[in-house]
Amino acid sequence: MLNVSGLHLWRGDRHVLRDVSFAAQPGQCVLLTGKNGAGKTTLLRAVAGLLDPEAGEVSWRGNSARGARDEFHSELAYLGHEPPLKGDLSGRENLRFAIGIRRTVTPAEIHAALERTGAPAFADRAVRSLSAGQRRRVALAGVLLTGASLWLLDEPTTNLDTDGQRLVASLIEEQLGRGGIVVAAVHQVLDLSPDRLVSLELGAS
Amino acid sequence: MKTSPLAAARLVMFRDLRLAFRKPSQLLQPLIFFMIVATLFPLTLSPEMSRLRDAAPGVLWVGALLSSLLALEFLFREDAQDGTLEQFALSGQSLTWMLFAKTCVHWLLTGVPLAVSAPIAAMGLGVPAEAMWSMVASLALGGFALSLIGAISAGLTLGARRGGVLLSLLTLPLAVPILVFGADATNRAIAGDAIAPPMYMLGAIAVLGVTLAPLAAAAAVRIGLE
Repeated sequence: MLNVSGLHLWRGDRHVLRDVSFAAQPGQCVLLTGKNGAGKTTLLRAVAGLLDPEAGEVSWRGNSARGARDEFHSELAYLGHEPPLKGDLSGRENLRFAIGIRRTVTPAEIHAALERTGAPAFADRAVRSLSAGQRRRVALAGVLLTGASLWLLDEPTTNLDTDGQRLVASLIEEQLGRGGIVVAAVHQVLDLSPDRLVSLELGAS
Repeated sequence: MKTSPLAAARLVMFRDLRLAFRKPSQLLQPLIFFMIVATLFPLTLSPEMSRLRDAAPGVLWVGALLSSLLALEFLFREDAQDGTLEQFALSGQSLTWMLFAKTCVHWLLTGVPLAVSAPIAAMGLGVPAEAMWSMVASLALGGFALSLIGAISAGLTLGARRGGVLLSLLTLPLAVPILVFGADATNRAIAGDAIAPPMYMLGAIAVLGVTLAPLAAAAAVRIGLE
């Protein structure tokens, strides 16, 4: 369903991605591992379409992701290093906007997602007053609310406590159970069913 | 149900307006700068009203252009830094419409307040009361065209460090026609002549801007995000 083949990408004179290929079927999670600078974030951004690889192709449901960009993006949720939240808005306002531009969303849906990520207690405070872990929980509620089939997560457990790390694992399990696909760049081990995992180590050669 | 491109653009507008009113300092900065320029300039000339009146169109338009440039730097930068632009680009919505909405908000928060407050500065420069409406209209229309052109430069300088200087260098040459026709409209208004010819030219630039600038800004932002 998600097929990445022969990706080559240079950043300046650095050949960051060298012939990277992988595929993921519904219900599978691809864990990207590797040292700092190995290209995990670059690969996620290239798959998302934020970076234009020099060679190779990303296809989604058999079609080129680049060719059907809007359709691909409407089925995609991307969570980068920093949660994309506005400091002067509350968590709830941020979600209302971020999801609202994609689809119609009700306050009840937002509340349910915030409850799922353990964030309702601080969802009405300005994001700038939240801790990094709390922001991450609000951002995870956003990923959940997109209803996207494909999640691209860059270090999803960063700044989260042990409970939060378990939460990420369970959210991923639920997404896989729904027949979704997750591609996650990780440093910490996630407690996921091994039969659903595909590991890809970057910069290993 | 998927949000329509227009509904998404409307959400962007409301969000940007809400954010702006929660940070009034950023909102007031261009306006204060404009008033300072317009107030200080007469001090460097003679107190003769006729001389001040001659200089008024230039002072008002250069002040408005520089104030607008001040605010342009923030048009996309914060959204790029906090990942909001990435989310726009990955939302499956039209980036063009969303950036057009942001540009309209920039005009509403800088161009319109500058045009509305210009009569206060203009009074000090000896602009007659009967010329005020025409001057406000020309500044509002010219300000819209400036915001549209500035959006392209703001998109192009997104990936550049210290993009502020580059943004000015890119915008100023493109803004010259607006400055020329805008100052001409104000001049004609002061002289009591018809302002239609320069206003048509400003309108034509604005229409061209509405047609091309959001597309160009979206392409520039996509490159800037790489």
